Amino acid sequence: MSELRFEGVTVRYGRALTAVDGVDLTVPAGQVVGLVGESGSGKSTLARAAVGLAEPAGGQILLNDVPLHHRPGARRPLQMVFQDPYSSLDPRMTIGDSIAEAMPRGPREPRGPSRRDEVVRLLELVGLDADRVSAYPGALSGGQRQRVAIARALAGKPEVLIADEITSALDVSIQGTVLNLVRTLQRELRLSMLFISHNLAVVRYVSDIVAVMYLGRIVEVGPARDVLGNPQHPYTKELLAAAPRRGSTALPPPDEALVADAEPADPHHPPVGCRFHPRCPIGPLIRTDREHCLTLDPTAEADHRLHRAACHHAAGVLRAVGSNPPVLMQLKEDSQ
Amino acid sequence: MRRWMAVLRTPVGAGAGLLLLGVLLLAVFAPVLWSHQANAIDTDHLLQGSSAEHWLGTDNLGRDIFYRVLVASRTSILLALLATSIAVVTGLALGSAPAILGKRGGRAATAVVNIAVAFPGLLLALFFAVVFGVGAKGAVLAIGFAGAPSFARLTQTLIAGVAERDFIAAARIAGVGRFRMLVRHILPNIAEPLVVNATIGAGGTLLAFAGLSFIGLGVQPPAYDWGRMLGESLSGIYVHPAAALAPGVAVVIAGLAFNLFGEAVAKGFGVQVPRTRWTDRTPEATPARDDDNDAVLVVEDLHVTFPGPVTPVRGVSFTIHKGEIVGVVGESGSGKSLTALAVAQLIEPPGQVRAAELSFLGAPLLGRLPVRSTAAVRRRLLGTSFAMVFQDPMTSFNPTKRIGVQLAEGAREHQGLTRRAAMDRAIDRLRAVRVPAAERRARQYPHEFSGGMRQRAMIGMGLMGAPALIVADEPTTALDVTVQRQVLRLLETIRTEDDVAVLLISHDISVVAQICDRVLVMYAGRIVEDLPSTELATGARHPYTRALLAAVPDLDTALDEPLAVIPGRPVDPARMPEGCAFAARCAFASDRCRVEDPVLIDQVACWHPQAQAEYSNFRTGQR
Repeated sequence: MSELRFEGVTVRYGRALTAVDGVDLTVPAGQVVGLVGESGSGKSTLARAAVGLAEPAGGQILLNDVPLHHRPGARRPLQMVFQDPYSSLDPRMTIGDSIAEAMPRGPREPRGPSRRDEVVRLLELVGLDADRVSAYPGALSGGQRQRVAIARALAGKPEVLIADEITSALDVSIQGTVLNLVRTLQRELRLSMLFISHNLAVVRYVSDIVAVMYLGRIVEVGPARDVLGNPQHPYTKELLAAAPRRGSTALPPPDEALVADAEPADPHHPPVGCRFHPRCPIGPLIRTDREHCLTLDPTAEADHRLHRAACHHAAGVLRAVGSNPPVLMQLKEDSQ
Repeated sequence: MRRWMAVLRTPVGAGAGLLLLGVLLLAVFAPVLWSHQANAIDTDHLLQGSSAEHWLGTDNLGRDIFYRVLVASRTSILLALLATSIAVVTGLALGSAPAILGKRGGRAATAVVNIAVAFPGLLLALFFAVVFGVGAKGAVLAIGFAGAPSFARLTQTLIAGVAERDFIAAARIAGVGRFRMLVRHILPNIAEPLVVNATIGAGGTLLAFAGLSFIGLGVQPPAYDWGRMLGESLSGIYVHPAAALAPGVAVVIAGLAFNLFGEAVAKGFGVQVPRTRWTDRTPEATPARDDDNDAVLVVEDLHVTFPGPVTPVRGVSFTIHKGEIVGVVGESGSGKSLTALAVAQLIEPPGQVRAAELSFLGAPLLGRLPVRSTAAVRRRLLGTSFAMVFQDPMTSFNPTKRIGVQLAEGAREHQGLTRRAAMDRAIDRLRAVRVPAAERRARQYPHEFSGGMRQRAMIGMGLMGAPALIVADEPTTALDVTVQRQVLRLLETIRTEDDVAVLLISHDISVVAQICDRVLVMYAGRIVEDLPSTELATGARHPYTRALLAAVPDLDTALDEPLAVIPGRPVDPARMPEGCAFAARCAFASDRCRVEDPVLIDQVACWHPQAQAEYSNFRTGQR
């Protein structure tokens, strides 16, 4: 049970692309934080930074208040399950070897036969037969491979598990079993988890906390029920509107055409001011009086708003008045 | 190992393998057997031509050239193999150094390789030969080191390819050290191409070594190899041609053995395309039925077969009417994409398409046409009235051409428009698919478009003619949810404005439900249910359709219950079970389902279609 905290983490690729831009996010001990956003929003980069596959250019990543340091060959307290189970397992290694390799090595760790027992236990934990130990990944289906990948991540005795789009390469009929497995394991083992997905319905199903990412920044974060029930940021609302509802057989009514057809922003050239303004249905494109969105970055004041929403016009504004719980105050929309 | 055996079973592979085995056996046993004959000096027969006693004549000491060629095989091949292994080991070390040394050391190693590769191999060999001194040892080292750079480059390239795979990242996260990473994960995954290239390289080395010996830098007397023998007897080539040719022929044969074997293995490991003749299509297609004037596309009993034989599409029939959006859903391997490709005439040999009828706007698409002009007519019909949208809009545009030009191309070809008119039409169509600033965007390249915009441009390309049908294969799968909605809405708008029919293939039943009039559910190459999309939520009767619907989490999924799942896994098209393909995963399957294959009757292919009322308490089983 550990807490993972990102403090002002910035990750750059080369000089031109800032994939993650000053992200503050906490994964509380034993809880699941769901991170949603579109491709290019930086959610996978954030995960890669956490496990040491990408080097942060700024800020720090703390595990239980201690900054993480990744050294090659050293045990990593964070483990990750990747999107594509066809690429994440070494085709030349039996799945037993793949799992055993991820187990911590040291004087106090199990050796020999008991190591093998541990591999079998992990396989059974993810619902695979023990006789699969000597199978190669080529003999397994996508869903089974993803189970092996989960077992391998658990073999590392992780303090925090990171799941990066783990179901998006799977068929819908398989997706359910993997999600059920992840949820059961998380509850049984009280794992802290960062669950990344572009699918809001999937994130909703597994997460305690939902964070929404847009162009390298977290634009809204809060308890899953609150964020999905009472979204503050227009982007969150857009995501919600696009997610499928039970039995819906028609496209949702079109928004303002101008915004609906706007292009997603280019991460190489993020817009100034509010990063969402070129697509925002309540922004300067639609309401000409809102020029401040073009120049003022709403992230600065985000801590004072409900769900830390990075929007000048989030309906609720949170102001701690020294009392708990915080008091919600309604402000006039154009008071900013 | 199985693949090596498969290589040996091909004619070229078997021939090359036998030849190589022969050459190697010769190298091992020839000196043991014939050393005596080869070294016997016969001063009575100096520099003689071929005779019954000396088949290939004798050299300047009267030694038998035939036996000398045989015996020289050991020196020649051994030294060539030694040089090759020096090249391979040095190349491997240099090439994999970046993986072990970390950032700075790796960059230095890469720089060394880059510089070394820039020098011609022969120049390097001569340089090293001078440095290491004349003689067999010097020549081995020279040729070995001269061959190392190209091998190092190959290793680097192969490692770079593997290093991007996720399992390397996973091993790093698991705390695997650099050296172990190289030995356990990287090398096993690049071993095959390395071995193949080393084999081919050995042939080259053999030749290079013969060259060095020929000019006197290699093997020194009294030792001899083929190159040396060639050099010695060359002066007398007009008198004793056989003496000079024999060692040359030996070099060629041994070199060929290595090269051929390497090439055969490389070919065997690469993608194999078994050749099947492309004849077995329906010879003459029947014209479309007259009673269905409204039909845009008629598909009757469509089969797609690949060698194996595997039949991923087994008898699909459907009709699409004017202005209708029909969705096809199914999991991977259900045959939905192949159905779309078959309709679009995009199944490449060795795949085969058979159908009782496959006609578009009343014109048959299958079968050879008797007159050549009709083929052109058919091509024009497809070019102007048929549009295809693929999943990945990045790969379906030519990255080196401007979007506008690519759109205009088809119109100039099929409609005979001038360059000017075609470009105007392209800009107009981009506007129609609501690409902002169409005139400017038409002059941009595909990489300057975002995924959603590219997909619009792709649809725009389909609209250049006056399409009657757009086949869209997973058009929104590569797109983000918000963009996905825009593209779907665009398709819907086109349908309503231009009365275009759409065949939409998707794995996502919620996408299909949103814009389609009718949904075809596919499983294991068959349509198992055909129903209006408004009835999806409540009226589905096939257990698979229901399971599929229940398995997709949405914003109303109960959080305290496990997700509904479909037990088992999708059917492998190569091992199609008897009876209903879904029976093994179906909660309602009976004995009949396991033996008798249900056909599509009354829009559902199931022996136990579920009644609508049972729907609410339906669950396929939980795990």
